Amino acid sequence: MAVIDLRGVSCPTNFVKAKLALEDIEAGNTVQILLDDGEPVKNVPRSMKAEGHKLLGLRQTDEGHYVLELEKVDE
Amino acid sequence: MSETQQPTKIDLNNLKSGGFIKERGKDLFTVRLRVPGGRMSVPRLKKIAEVAEKYGGEFVHLSVRQSIELININFRNFDAIIEELGEAAQKVASCGARVRVPVACGGCEYNPNGLVDTQKSALEVDEKLFGTATGHHKFKVAFAGCPFDCPKSATNDVGFQGAVYPQLDKEACISCGLCAKNCVPKAITMGADNKPVFEDKPCIWCGDCVKVCPTSAWSEKKRGYTVRIGGKWGRNPLVGTLFATFLPEERVADFISAVLKWYKEKAESLGRIRLGDVIIKEGPQALLDHLREFFPENTVAATIPPQIIQTQVGILPASSQE
Repeated sequence: MAVIDLRGVSCPTNFVKAKLALEDIEAGNTVQILLDDGEPVKNVPRSMKAEGHKLLGLRQTDEGHYVLELEKVDE
Repeated sequence: MSETQQPTKIDLNNLKSGGFIKERGKDLFTVRLRVPGGRMSVPRLKKIAEVAEKYGGEFVHLSVRQSIELININFRNFDAIIEELGEAAQKVASCGARVRVPVACGGCEYNPNGLVDTQKSALEVDEKLFGTATGHHKFKVAFAGCPFDCPKSATNDVGFQGAVYPQLDKEACISCGLCAKNCVPKAITMGADNKPVFEDKPCIWCGDCVKVCPTSAWSEKKRGYTVRIGGKWGRNPLVGTLFATFLPEERVADFISAVLKWYKEKAESLGRIRLGDVIIKEGPQALLDHLREFFPENTVAATIPPQIIQTQVGILPASSQE
């Protein structure tokens, strides 16, 4: 599974980077996006949902960052 | 004088709602334009630029309440300015003891935070109540689309704040915990079954849970405006307090009319007095009882008077007290 590591990247750069990374992923495939706690985890999942992707899950790791799992949906 | 000067002609009907404000210089006025909710179409903006260049000074001023003000306008040009602005349906605002042009945030059409259509509300109120004489003092209205409240609604005579009451579909919940994490007033906590538990009392109806939920397990049960009344700023600031909740968007103009009616009546013979000070004098229960007659579903059971903010509290340095 592809992993998009956006730790240490702040809003709105993280969202735009995620969009660019998703361009290289085939629709129907599942990816993991790594997000920092705080604003990123509050904003990015919501924006991904608004973009039409299917959010599958979100969990916090022991290190404190979040892993967002989603399925790419083509518009 | 060798030349005979033509007498100045001005259509005084154009001045009856105000919006023409005397400047320092001889013959010069500021012309405040009517821009409800701060939304300005691009063709109107172009027309304003054209008129400002032709009749005004070097700049325009963007007012605190979302107006564009034409500066250094000679009063002899009033009629021409009104006519030329009229070509782009641009009108002049109000001033004085009248209902002012409502302020609003961007609303919900493009702003993902907006819970209600504040732009629609601002336009509707402006259309129905613009320039209404209060008989006492100015009357300001503002619309905030959510409890972030960028327009500072509670500093207005009547302030509206978009609100949603949330509900949870446990089946759709993936137990990610984002709602509890993002709930500022801590109305949502995660239960023993790893599903959110909602407590009604601390909720400020901000809808953050609905916005942040990745699977739409949280959704809106009801939506409307939280209404605070009696605010103002200036020399003696007051913060408006809660009078109604979940007021349907289509009842906003009726609600303001009901408040205006009470204000006009109760301020009778009190002169130039703002609504908030009338509420303090009469007690908030009197206004609540009046509103409950027309809005029984929305009026709160009890409230507190507008809150006085002591902006002058502080200790002067000893040297300045001599």
